[in-house]
Amino acid sequence: MIWNRDAECMQIGEREKLQLERLKVVLKKTYENVPYYRKRFDEMKVKPGDIKSLKDIKKLPFTTKTDLREGYPFGLFAVPRQEIVEVHTSSGTTGKPTVSGYTKKDIEIWGEVMARALTMVGTTKEDIIQNGYGYGLFTGGLGVHYGAQRIGATVIPISAGQTKRQLEIMYDFGSTVLTCTPSYALYLTEAAEEVGIDIKKLKLKAGCFGAEMWTDRMRDEIEKRFHLVALNIYGLTEIIGPGVAQECEEKNGLHIFDDHFYPEIVSPDTLEPLLEGEKGELVITTLTREGTPMIRFRTRDVTALRREPCKCGRTLVRMDRITGRTDDRLKIRGVLIFPSQIEKALLEIKGVEPHYQIIVTRPQHLDELEVQVETSKKLFSDEVRHLEETRKKIEKHIENAIGLRVKVTLVEPKTLPRSEGKAKRVIDKRQL
Amino acid sequence: MEVKQISVFLENKKGRLWEAMDVLAKAQINIRALSIADTSEFGILRLIVPDPEKAKKVLAKSNFTVRENDVISVGVPDKPGGLAGVLKILTDADINVEYVYAFVEKSGKKAVVVLRTENINKGKKALKKAGFTVLSSKEVYSL
Repeated sequence: MIWNRDAECMQIGEREKLQLERLKVVLKKTYENVPYYRKRFDEMKVKPGDIKSLKDIKKLPFTTKTDLREGYPFGLFAVPRQEIVEVHTSSGTTGKPTVSGYTKKDIEIWGEVMARALTMVGTTKEDIIQNGYGYGLFTGGLGVHYGAQRIGATVIPISAGQTKRQLEIMYDFGSTVLTCTPSYALYLTEAAEEVGIDIKKLKLKAGCFGAEMWTDRMRDEIEKRFHLVALNIYGLTEIIGPGVAQECEEKNGLHIFDDHFYPEIVSPDTLEPLLEGEKGELVITTLTREGTPMIRFRTRDVTALRREPCKCGRTLVRMDRITGRTDDRLKIRGVLIFPSQIEKALLEIKGVEPHYQIIVTRPQHLDELEVQVETSKKLFSDEVRHLEETRKKIEKHIENAIGLRVKVTLVEPKTLPRSEGKAKRVIDKRQL
Repeated sequence: MEVKQISVFLENKKGRLWEAMDVLAKAQINIRALSIADTSEFGILRLIVPDPEKAKKVLAKSNFTVRENDVISVGVPDKPGGLAGVLKILTDADINVEYVYAFVEKSGKKAVVVLRTENINKGKKALKKAGFTVLSSKEVYSL
């Protein structure tokens, strides 16, 4: 099923023409209305008029999350604040969050791309969508909500958490489509037994899972247990939220709605554009956003683009499943964490040396975070009890700082890599 | 002088105990008594050696985390009930024992109990009062 055949199956040359037209408009608007962008363009000695083809996009400056913070909260708006009808923010784990402002038209676009995404997983107006993404400043909940309403499906805005209730409602209401993070979907399958819900009697047929990295193995597991088709959705607050890209039933990459979001892949080191199929950092320019348009936003997500035709009939460019991040921030159970947060928490404890390593594993579908800390003379005791107390104290302290349970392991001094040069602070064993 | 015990943090890694012992062997340090407390993730090696200062230095130089503490050493008759007698005194005096280990003196007449109480001085006082021989560092190191 295809929501918007004209847009999604448009002949490629046609779409390129449309992209260029839209790009020119958005560049003119941002240059004229956002002082931040004007300054950056001027620094690079580039004017919106210099962009005469899509290839010229590489002349434009990149935008990073740090840049966006400079404009916190409303400095990046390209329209008067009165025209903004809704705002969302990133989680803001490392400082000020970044703010995305939506005009009425932006909300319409969001509903449109999410309607495409939900249709791609097989949703029609006959369906009951159980929306397990969080509602609030986080974009997940409302993004799915707008898409569901556009299609005319019945949406259950249950939000994240409340596992028992999720399962009861899923059973009682006969939910047919589930939207949540993949790890939570797996968790639900495990909890079903405890709650006494027979998973085989559920009516779920499809799942739209995202907001964190996951694997094909996890997909197999979710599909096997829930008896549904599990498909991958991609998005980010800075661009619009969920609905930037969606996987179709071919399970052969995620279709980027590139009539609205123009993707590039660049080398994270040289920032030079890479060829089709080459892995690099995904950079996105919004072509239609009014509230907070983004020019060459560096997503930090690692993927590759593929343009060969898809059997589903859509001509939208596809991106591979995200396999990593170019910075070291980690997404653990859907929460963004920076190693620096853990370091900060560690150093607040007397006697702890700044030598640590973070090991991420996913033993049973849920992420586990282990922090190895070197012992020091000050931490060490000849009594097991005291050492265990120290370990627990560090655990508690980190947990308070990042909001996630961690397991702390004490290791011998000078056994962890040092921070000179490129210390490997994080070992991600999740095989994503 | 107080009897000093050296404790060493050991990760549960193959060969790690040997490495610690090798350091002591190369420094010509003989071990009088030893015990290991182990958890699933790490161990604490506790040692009584004739020259604690030197042992501490060579181990630290080899990147081991080392600590030195006071412990109580008591001489008890090497016969059934020897250790029980010591613990009875401490129990009656309401003194908590953190850990204990023991070895038999070369002559075989006496056993030596090494223990750490929550409060070392209190423990020592109670044992002395009950007539036990609390050994000096000199006596223990030369055993």
